[in-house]
Amino acid sequence: MTELLLEARAAQKYFPVQKGLLFAKTVGHIKAVDGVSFSIEEGKTFGLVGESGCGKTTMAKCILLLEKLTSGQVFVGGRDISKLNGEQLKQYRGMVQAVFQDPYSSLSPRMRVRDIVAEPVVVNRRLSRKELKERVTEVMGVVGLHEEMGNRYPHEFSGGQRQRVAVARALSLSPKLMVLDEPISALDVSIRAQIMNLLRQLQAQYSLSYLLIAHDLAVVRHMSDQVGVMYLGKIVEYADSNELYAKTLHPYTKALVSAAMPSEPGVRRDEIVLSGEVPSPLNPPPGCRFHPRCPFAMPKCSEGEPALVEAFPGHKVACFLHSDKVAQPEATTVSSNGKKPS
Amino acid sequence: MADGNGNTPLLQVKDLKTYLFTRYAVVRAVDGITFDLKEGENLGLVGESGCGKTMTGLSLLRLLPQPAGRIVGGQIIFDGQDILTLDDDEFRKLRGTQMSMILQDPMTSLNPVFTIGDQVGEPLLLHQGLKGNGLKDKVVELLRLVRIPVAEVRVRDFPHQMSGGMRQRIVGAIAMSCNPKLLIADEPTTALDVTTQIYFLKLMRELQQQFGMAMIWITHDFGIVNRMCDRIAVMYAGRFMEIGPLVEMFKRPVHPYTIALLNSVPRVDRKVDQLYSIEGQPPDLRQEMVGCPFAPRCSRVKPICREQYPDEVVLDSSHKAYCWDVK
Ligand SMILES: Nc1ncnc2c1ncn2[C@@H]1O[C@H](COP(=O)(O)OP(=O)(O)OP(=O)(O)O)[C@@H](O)[C@H]1O
Ligand SMILES: Nc1ncnc2c1ncn2[C@@H]1O[C@H](COP(=O)(O)OP(=O)(O)OP(=O)(O)O)[C@@H](O)[C@H]1O
Ligand SMILES: [Mg+2]
Ligand SMILES: [Mg+2]
Repeated sequence: MTELLLEARAAQKYFPVQKGLLFAKTVGHIKAVDGVSFSIEEGKTFGLVGESGCGKTTMAKCILLLEKLTSGQVFVGGRDISKLNGEQLKQYRGMVQAVFQDPYSSLSPRMRVRDIVAEPVVVNRRLSRKELKERVTEVMGVVGLHEEMGNRYPHEFSGGQRQRVAVARALSLSPKLMVLDEPISALDVSIRAQIMNLLRQLQAQYSLSYLLIAHDLAVVRHMSDQVGVMYLGKIVEYADSNELYAKTLHPYTKALVSAAMPSEPGVRRDEIVLSGEVPSPLNPPPGCRFHPRCPFAMPKCSEGEPALVEAFPGHKVACFLHSDKVAQPEATTVSSNGKKPS
Repeated sequence: MADGNGNTPLLQVKDLKTYLFTRYAVVRAVDGITFDLKEGENLGLVGESGCGKTMTGLSLLRLLPQPAGRIVGGQIIFDGQDILTLDDDEFRKLRGTQMSMILQDPMTSLNPVFTIGDQVGEPLLLHQGLKGNGLKDKVVELLRLVRIPVAEVRVRDFPHQMSGGMRQRIVGAIAMSCNPKLLIADEPTTALDVTTQIYFLKLMRELQQQFGMAMIWITHDFGIVNRMCDRIAVMYAGRFMEIGPLVEMFKRPVHPYTIALLNSVPRVDRKVDQLYSIEGQPPDLRQEMVGCPFAPRCSRVKPICREQYPDEVVLDSSHKAYCWDVK
């Protein structure tokens, strides 16, 4: 049986909103992540999709310890990551690598690309100069960058080349878990295919786990074993990737899937356009957060919040069309598939 | 969408060459491209990473990285004016009001130390003379238009407090705020989920219908191309390989590179084990190129391809290719 590598339990991250310059007082909270639970098995990919601003990057930052959870926990390898310190923390930072959404701002402008790519290895491992050089050349090669480009600075690269530098950097160490936040969004289809193939090959070889955040559903489908669909800080549907695309349950997921872009000119599909105001993460709508924009909304949808329940084996959904169960606050700590973290 | 009155195009680019002069080498980022664009028309500019798409866009707006970037040849005629002959002041006026660009990396166009409200408001203050509450209202309205929730609160936030997709939409709002005649959108929706993307593209369409704005879409996303563009230009190593009407290019692509590129587009409607990718790497733009730059990766290569750059093959008035193997 496969082991769980990561488990998030009722993770919550609120950002205070302040008013006034001198005597700033908190007038509310942006509920960026509001009770999210999911798990990633060793050697598997968990895809996280959802509307812009729904909290995907914030969730990723909490896993990377760049933000501190307001409540809830994240376990990696059975340990609560908020409790790590000293040597354990250092080890954790070495085993988790990330490709950030904004490649430019995550690459240090004064370092040569060669050193940027080598940095995680230098910090975490002892390699001879020759071995290090070989490693850097190797990973740059796999993302399609000439060795000579290592001498340049990040500003001398095109957008997609910078993104590839970020991917090469994250790969240089062969980590256990990679957090990939829109890792290939700026890349052309050919390089994109090359990197996706590579990621999958590395996964098979070293049993890496990925948390993949991407808006391109074709990419998510191609890469992920399981997919979580997020809406306004919550997971509303959760299933195996093939199952999710074959049997979409939540109206938001339906809108998302129907909106996928045409793959040939002239082929227009009936897309469900989400009408209505974008909901406020400051004061989320009562009941189901999606109800103001949902074409199937019923009276009770604005009253209680639907619980995330298993509608089919391994396929969870939070919607009154599929279950009458109302969410109990703070009761969402069961792991996605009933397994306990290893 | 083109007006079809047969009048002169809004934009004419003739044999444009943009080089980057770095410490050790000259990068031939744009190496002789020619095209034109009608009012209200949508041109897609596609090609592999690093082939010079962004530099093409930046050249048109004279926003090349300094001191490295220089336009070394060719002409850019916008609305009847040769814009390479304008001085900086004259050009800046044009750039703020008639043409603008959504830059590829939102963080490079947003200043981290100013609030979102200040940055969206600046061009309105400068070019439309809005002040006080009028300015404030307009800023909030623009942010609402690009779907920033609780915009009236979030104008006080700084760029790092916004999500990636929000930053991208804010940059879009700034570029659209002056209702330009030409908008160059460099990967404008890479951080947007599909539903937000569709909303954003619809918004663009509306603005185009309202103001007759022409657009150049620089993108890797063929979904956007299929949805928005009238024509596409396929670029490789600083040059155009093929340019033509959208449907025609999809149905009957003639250039081996166009064919390879279209083959590697992934699809949502089926899952495959291995995605197709074009063998080999694009050439190093610092080397002077002899012959066709695609020759080393081309399956239909002939001896002449390695010696001489192909002549233009006119398939019909709007469909052109540069390839020795196309008749
Ligand atoms: N400031 C710079 N100095 C030197 N070379 C540069 C500079 N900026 C870009 N280049 C090089 O110029 C070439 C063209 O870059 P450009 O940014 O136009 O590519 P692009 O087609 O937009 O690629 P992408 O799809 O990755 O954004 C690239 O090979 C890049 O490495
Ligand atoms: N440091 C911060 N301070 C205040 N608010 C923040 C901060 N970081 C994120 N937020 C807010 O939290 C919400 C979720 O943002 P997040 O970046 O997680 O979204 P996302 O799902 O990654 O979106 P996208 O797809 O656009 O990248 C947004 O409303 C955002 O503005
Ligand atoms: Mg994000
Ligand atoms: Mg670019």
